[in-house]
Amino acid sequence: MDNLINNLGILVYATLLYTAPLLYAAMGSCFSEVSGVVNIGIEGMMTMGAFTGAAVAYFTGNPWLGFLCAGLSGMAFALLHGVATVKFGADQTISGTAINFLAPGVAIVTAKAIFNSSDTIPLEPTSKMPILFSGVFSSGTPWSNFMKNVFSTYASTYLVFVVLVVVWFVFYKTRFGLRMRACGEHPMACQSLGIDVHRTRMICVCLSGFLAGLGGACMTMATSNQFRPTSIVGQGFIAIAAVIFGKFRPQGAMIGCLLFGLCSGLRVVIGSSSLNISVQLLSMIPYVVTVIVLIFFVGKSHVPAANGKPFVKAK
Amino acid sequence: MSKLEKILQSAFFRTLLSILIGFAVGAIFLLAVNISPVEAYEKLFTSIFSSPKSLSYCVVYATPLIILGLSVAFSFRTGVFNIGAEGQFVVGSMAACVVGILVPAPPVILPILCIAAAAIAGALWGVIVGFLKVKWGINEVLSMIMFNWIAFYLSNYIADIPLIKSDGNAEATKNVQEAAMILLPESWIKGLGLCNSASWGIFIAAALAVMVYVIIEKTALGYRLKAVGYNRDAAEYGGINANLSIMTALAISGAMSGIAGATNLLGIGQRIAIFSAQESYGFQGIIAALIGANNPLGVFVGGLFYGAIKYGGSRLNIIGAPSEVVNVIMGTVIFLIAISHIFNFRLKKKKKGGDK
Repeated sequence: MDNLINNLGILVYATLLYTAPLLYAAMGSCFSEVSGVVNIGIEGMMTMGAFTGAAVAYFTGNPWLGFLCAGLSGMAFALLHGVATVKFGADQTISGTAINFLAPGVAIVTAKAIFNSSDTIPLEPTSKMPILFSGVFSSGTPWSNFMKNVFSTYASTYLVFVVLVVVWFVFYKTRFGLRMRACGEHPMACQSLGIDVHRTRMICVCLSGFLAGLGGACMTMATSNQFRPTSIVGQGFIAIAAVIFGKFRPQGAMIGCLLFGLCSGLRVVIGSSSLNISVQLLSMIPYVVTVIVLIFFVGKSHVPAANGKPFVKAK
Repeated sequence: MSKLEKILQSAFFRTLLSILIGFAVGAIFLLAVNISPVEAYEKLFTSIFSSPKSLSYCVVYATPLIILGLSVAFSFRTGVFNIGAEGQFVVGSMAACVVGILVPAPPVILPILCIAAAAIAGALWGVIVGFLKVKWGINEVLSMIMFNWIAFYLSNYIADIPLIKSDGNAEATKNVQEAAMILLPESWIKGLGLCNSASWGIFIAAALAVMVYVIIEKTALGYRLKAVGYNRDAAEYGGINANLSIMTALAISGAMSGIAGATNLLGIGQRIAIFSAQESYGFQGIIAALIGANNPLGVFVGGLFYGAIKYGGSRLNIIGAPSEVVNVIMGTVIFLIAISHIFNFRLKKKKKGGDK
């Protein structure tokens, strides 16, 4: 029983740890998609953020500076995507695919130039994301162990839920949020009301890159302590899946991300236990569950009506 | 429009220009990280063209990319974006691998069985996604991403089954039987000085390119698929069963991705490793399709180009240049192709209000 409580604590910890990077990226994806720009370049922007965060934190010793730069580097590639898709009306999927090749290429080539290896040098604990409540919970009884495990997570994990609340507020309680959602549904109507569709979309795409960059940095500055070419392997796509799963709403995307995070957490807990369950089959669960949930519970996802369609300004 | 203007406006010229600028961007990037682009590109191209052996390696690298490119191009033409080519490739490889290990059959018959199994597995993977879309309206991009991962873990799971797993310590499957391999006859390889992995795969790719061309351009089936892709409502109004068309298109596209997996396994891999990350062949196929402007001949050439660059890039490490610069180049090329309609070369100014 004590062991179970202990494992439960580890499970909650691991779930949150794996949810955070996905949730940052998923919120980014929400911004882009609701404003009408499909962004599958999230994956590449995460990779860029993962590298930049780890590299800047390594050289400056300041994790928050690294985190910020990670966001900005993601945003730089988002800007490329935005210029191509919003300004020039390029096919959004193709541009996103290009970003997914370009950004990891740039990240790895730069890593090789600076570190002489495709991996960055592991961060010292002081340059990593701080652990906020270390030492607050003492070990001893099973439940205090549980609390200790749960709250041994990194600052970036708490921050993601703060950001979620902010993003939710922006989406549903601000003028910008309303306009942004309107641009994804009926850009022509927006223009007739004097809203600058291109500008709104551009801002949203840039925000999506920034958040994706932060998500990537979570992987290399909290979950692990260095960038490797395998740091970001599909998290960006899972984040996009979580967004579609959550019907393009930040709060819905959170549930999707928690589902994937939970399955990653289960993999960690069961993998380290004596249970004889195939890790491969276990890893498959979140993807199968997503499909099943979509079939039975969610049904048709409402895609923003103008999603993926370039908007040409009327003269 | 003059002849020169026509050439300047053609997709081919735009692609060529995109490729040139892609290399220029790659060069700037190499300079930024203190590597001589001249030296790097010299190495890249000399390793491609140095011998029949290296050229045949390029073809070997290109084969799965061409077939995947055809698969993606086919789906593009029928209005679906097959981002699931990766998963179809993986299940195809695994199906071919299982048949190649377990089924006792003579040469010629066995590879055909393997490729057929791969095609069926890939088609199934595509049809499931199509079914989810038409039956429950589930976004196909989402379910394809899910099925890519399910395929990935399924392949790893199967590779770990004792019947399939290598007897040694390798984290991989057993080798498929020699009889299953589709290598060119040894005398040809020796005689022409080709690489040891030179296989019939490229001929399969060429045959598939012809098949795609015929289906898309010359058959009623292709017409129906394209019609649904252009405008689903109009196609339905015209009496076409759109749901069936979407599933058919995904089945054909999936089957081709599966075959790509089989040719790769039976030509060069011979076994499947337990991977820790997806190999992203599917995305490389998307690149080949885009370079080729979704035209079968174009995809064939585009795939060859990409295969050659991929092989040449893998040799860059020898001179200490990062091989990932190839991804920078290819990413730039695709990015430029995506916005290539802004390269608008007109020799004379158009009359105002000319054509409406």
